[in-house]
Amino acid sequence: MMWDWTFTFEILPVLARAAIMTIEATALGFAIAATLGLVLASIRLAFPAAGVVVTVLVELIRSTPLLIQIFFLYFVLPKAGIVLDAFTAGVAAIGIHYAAYCSEVYRAGFENVPRGQWEASIALNLSPWNTFKDIILPQALPPIVPALGNYLIALFKETPLLSAIAVLELMQTAKNIGSETFRYTEPVTLVGVFFLVMSLVSAGMVRMLESWLQRR
Amino acid sequence: MPGLFEGAVLTVEITLLGAVLAVFMALIAALAKLYSPLPIRWLSTTYIEIFRGTSALVQLFWLYFVLPQFGVFLDAFLVAVLALGLNIGAYGAEVVRGAILSVARGQWEASIALNMSKAQMLRRIILPQAFTAMIPPWGNLFIELVKSTSLVSLITLADLTFKAQQMNQTTLKTVPVFTLVLLIYLAISLTVTIAMRLLEQRASKGLTRGRVA
Repeated sequence: MMWDWTFTFEILPVLARAAIMTIEATALGFAIAATLGLVLASIRLAFPAAGVVVTVLVELIRSTPLLIQIFFLYFVLPKAGIVLDAFTAGVAAIGIHYAAYCSEVYRAGFENVPRGQWEASIALNLSPWNTFKDIILPQALPPIVPALGNYLIALFKETPLLSAIAVLELMQTAKNIGSETFRYTEPVTLVGVFFLVMSLVSAGMVRMLESWLQRR
Repeated sequence: MPGLFEGAVLTVEITLLGAVLAVFMALIAALAKLYSPLPIRWLSTTYIEIFRGTSALVQLFWLYFVLPQFGVFLDAFLVAVLALGLNIGAYGAEVVRGAILSVARGQWEASIALNMSKAQMLRRIILPQAFTAMIPPWGNLFIELVKSTSLVSLITLADLTFKAQQMNQTTLKTVPVFTLVLLIYLAISLTVTIAMRLLEQRASKGLTRGRVA
């Protein structure tokens, strides 16, 4: 079966609308991941006792499939009386999953700052919060940013999983088009091309950001 | 519970076969990218970028739905192993390449001084040392592989995730079913982690990596 250009242009607007949903899910998911990851890493840093719980949680999330976690939030939470719509449940699951990875990135970044910086801050009588905000964070951030960028790309590539709970993102839309018209070649290939282009462009941008941070 | 066990067996099978394919593809792609004439180098770069740049689920769907339209019919199991193996293999290629490049330059120079051929050099001097360096990142990739096998449920393979969904629909015991499945995946992942840790210890015996002589 050959490539059909007329069909391609017919489905392009539909896929473009779905692409916006994919990008929304990525942006929201990453916002959750970056914030929650920072919270998790900070808990580990500030309360070593609670750190064990965080470590177990992070390892649990990192070594089980995201798809199961999406199902977990979508099917199990309603049993506890929390009913989320598919989009919210999916984005929350992706956000929490990547928060586990991001927390490790933050942790590595924090540990990268020499201990003497903490000691000097104590000597200067800075409060722990001020030390963290004004001394540690600005130094920890440069190596953190490119690593977070990589997880942003990884997260973006996981959004097709939302199609499993019927969120109308790109993959689900392509599947719908396929089952209505019996032509999968164009929609599925276009989704692939979209992801490839977006990934390559964002990888390039992360690299540029990286070299910009290094130059400063 | 027996249903989940059957699903888990399929999950482990796909993981093992996928891992074999991934290691094979990674080695070939990395060696091609490092030591072959330009056109083959481009080919391997294209493979790496395409499989790293598109989503694993998209690749799975492409092989499952699009290939038949070109007259290539593969059964779902084969599609699963191919898609996941090629996907992880593309990431693995960069791991292998990095590990080869991390072998100290002096080792190359010494091999040249000993008049070894390029193939001998790679096989006897470089790859054994690179092997130790690539075990930890491969461990991470194998965990990724374990996790991405859950995607095959979406092309209707009756793996662990598929069985879980089925059981959830028939018994409505949502909480125990999904909790149990998470624990099974955790057990599989932990097994991989421990196995790789052991392999790492064995492989680094007798090597002085990381210590300055």
